[in-house]
Amino acid sequence: MAQLDVQQKLEILADAAKYDASCSSSGTAKRTSRDGKGIGSTDGGMGICHAYAPDGRCISLLKILLTNSCIFDCHFCINRKSSNVRRARFTAQEVVNLTLAFYRRNYIEGLFLSSGIIASSNYTMEQIVEVARSLREDHHFRGYIHLKTIPDADPELVHQAGLYADRVSINVELPTASGLKRLAPEKSEGRIETAMQEMKTAIVDTADAKKRYKSAPRFAPAGQSTQMIVGADAATDGDIVAKASTLYDRFNLRRVYYSAFSPIPDASTILPLKRPPLMREHRLYQSDWLMRFYDYTPADVVAATDQATGMLPLDIDPKLAWALKFRGSFPVDVNRAPREMLLRVPGLGVKAVGNILSARRWRRLSLADVGRLTQSIAKVRPFLIADDWRPLALSDRADLRPVVAPKKEQLELFA
Amino acid sequence: MTGKLVRRVTLADEDDFDGWRDAARGLAAEAIPASDVVWQVGNGPGDLFAADAPPPPAPPAGGGFSVPRAFLDLARNVVLHSDPTRFSLLYTLLARLRTEPKLMEDHADPLLRRLDLLAKDVRRDIHKMRAFVRFRELDDGGTPRFVAWFEPDHHIVRANASFFIDRFASMRWSILTPDISIHWDGKTLEEGPGAAKSDAPGGDPIEDVWKTYYASIFNPARLKVGAMLKEMPRRYWKNMPETALVPAMIAGAQAREAGMITTARDAVGGNIELAWAALRDEAAGCTRCPLYKPATQTVFGEGPVDAQLMFVGEQPGDQEDLAGRPFVGPAGQVFDRAIAEAGIDRTAVYVTNAVKHFKFEQRGKRRIHSKPGAGEIEACRWWIDQERMLVKPAVTVALGATAARSLFGRVVTIGRERGRALELPDGGGEAWITVHPSFLLRLPDEAARAAEYARFVEDLRVAAARVGAD
Repeated sequence: MAQLDVQQKLEILADAAKYDASCSSSGTAKRTSRDGKGIGSTDGGMGICHAYAPDGRCISLLKILLTNSCIFDCHFCINRKSSNVRRARFTAQEVVNLTLAFYRRNYIEGLFLSSGIIASSNYTMEQIVEVARSLREDHHFRGYIHLKTIPDADPELVHQAGLYADRVSINVELPTASGLKRLAPEKSEGRIETAMQEMKTAIVDTADAKKRYKSAPRFAPAGQSTQMIVGADAATDGDIVAKASTLYDRFNLRRVYYSAFSPIPDASTILPLKRPPLMREHRLYQSDWLMRFYDYTPADVVAATDQATGMLPLDIDPKLAWALKFRGSFPVDVNRAPREMLLRVPGLGVKAVGNILSARRWRRLSLADVGRLTQSIAKVRPFLIADDWRPLALSDRADLRPVVAPKKEQLELFA
Repeated sequence: MTGKLVRRVTLADEDDFDGWRDAARGLAAEAIPASDVVWQVGNGPGDLFAADAPPPPAPPAGGGFSVPRAFLDLARNVVLHSDPTRFSLLYTLLARLRTEPKLMEDHADPLLRRLDLLAKDVRRDIHKMRAFVRFRELDDGGTPRFVAWFEPDHHIVRANASFFIDRFASMRWSILTPDISIHWDGKTLEEGPGAAKSDAPGGDPIEDVWKTYYASIFNPARLKVGAMLKEMPRRYWKNMPETALVPAMIAGAQAREAGMITTARDAVGGNIELAWAALRDEAAGCTRCPLYKPATQTVFGEGPVDAQLMFVGEQPGDQEDLAGRPFVGPAGQVFDRAIAEAGIDRTAVYVTNAVKHFKFEQRGKRRIHSKPGAGEIEACRWWIDQERMLVKPAVTVALGATAARSLFGRVVTIGRERGRALELPDGGGEAWITVHPSFLLRLPDEAARAAEYARFVEDLRVAAARVGAD
């Protein structure tokens, strides 16, 4: 085979990396390169998306694999051993150079490096760590680094990854153990969870040490995250939400990413051909949001699913679905209700609720006031009581759903 | 004009927050109403009637009255907006704060709401500049300089400079915009006049590599153009090299996804048996609907995975539930007899059920069959869809209304659809609908039962004859 140049390798190894949903550069420590040494900064906040692709996804990091060769044969993965995909491999130096060239032109926030497993888990992990080491030590790179770690690698290597990276992640791959067994027979839920547990311990320990000694090294200041594929196994939305909530609790995860299974070239026959609607992934993210910022419990989200199928509705969001199931909790009085009830009102966001609480300390709010604090008064109206408004007819309607559900054309075109 | 005294304030620059603050303090201390103040920037044409207006009073010594920090944060942002009324709106708010000290906590107030929205525009523009500035490398006498051309919506360039210094302190760079240019030499920031796009370099060889990345990281199987446009509006595209690829990426996406599916459908590997066994094992642990709790076990389909003819029943009965195999109870025996009479080889067909767990009501010691609901059928469709995709039968026969509902995803009246070839909605081939064999067992009248049985056998014969027919 002819030698591939860097651009050809990039084509193969970015293509191979695109099934990882995360491209986030958020939540790390604040850094600059004002000292004149090296390059880069992080703002400690939400990170920056430097471009968007037509799949609607944010491009924040240079997201590539070191190599797409792999000794594993996971059926959902384009890079599995039995796939006929073209193979390529970057050297550590090539990845370093590419990252710096893109960063200098303000194309990216940093690097998200993952890899197929070649030779052994340890060898692969060493190569990944070497890229991060060179960026941090040889080039004083202060931008964002996300490293995918390999569950079976030597804990010492995984530890080094945490010292160089802002974020580390290990994918749980599938929401059910039976799904993992069928689609990724060489991976084990136990090994993945042990690795996540070790990572959590290291993150907590070094954060503790950092509090006591300023000189203590940083360890993955943006924490750890994971990803699961939706729609390739039999898990229902209820199962997935329960699994994600367990993961958040047990491993202190910053984020659980969902990736709607999508057809891949050269698919394995074990894989379903039909993909789940993209809207399903969106509804799962919305329910994740409700649990992280709106004080919903996993049981609340499960209550919003269809009882027989365990699935969240596709035509309305989970918050609205919950409200329509628990009509007895509404309408809520904007001038009296506690924060936790205001957060349950469809159409009221966290910020709007904060603004309502602050404004009503000084005066009573009318429906028009609420309208100035939120996107759509039509959505919140049936669920609210304001100084000049009671949703009499609306709140007694048996068929509220068609009134409040979004019109068809607002749904995603290809959902 | 009346004899009203109009004050004119001239600010040094569009983003002159300090000038605005000093003037506003003095005006507010003398309780001059907002309608009596004209704000202008530089030596613009201003308001003709205010030509001879006196300058604003000097700010009172000691800073005058205090305002909430939230107001200053808001004002710092709003001053950068391109809306010419921003100075006046901010002054109106400041004047009201003297009598309504808690106004900053009432974001439902129309004026504060309006200023909040202006501040939001500015924050977004600042963020988008950080995101969408694209430097091009210029060989500037040995040491490279990185130069960008950017067109912001608001007067944010000066306020945004520190972000680029934090990030690119060791580089030499320039950001050129229509109103102002900023230059960093590694130590100090210099300002220059506005520039034109042609003052910036026309290209950079790395842009081709970046475009390769942009095109490759895109997943054509999940096109969401609206989501892209919401965050990357078209007005920014002209200065972002990668966006030139977007139209072709969208146009090619559906063809690429269809290609993947066709390839996967056609290239059936030798591992289909394995795939089916793995699916059956996974189904054994299914908890997709509550029926798994009282039932003994999942009853999966059985038969050769390359069968041309597939029969779909309703759900396992009492005996199937105990045996773990489909079509072994009384209805299964009727079915076996009927297909034998129809001349069909039982070992060559694939038989399965729309619902894989036995649904029943306990009456004393007996478990009485209970019809699965729409939700249970829907929950179980995941399995039957997988089975159908693996086996890919030429002809599928739905036995009864539940099977038909599962296959077609809607309520089907057997009487109306029976006896003719139907097209499965998902490209799954040809389907026929007939009654479930248990229907024959329930007919009390012997003559009617014989007639219906004969009709059932005839249905099976006709459907089987369709295999390989065209």
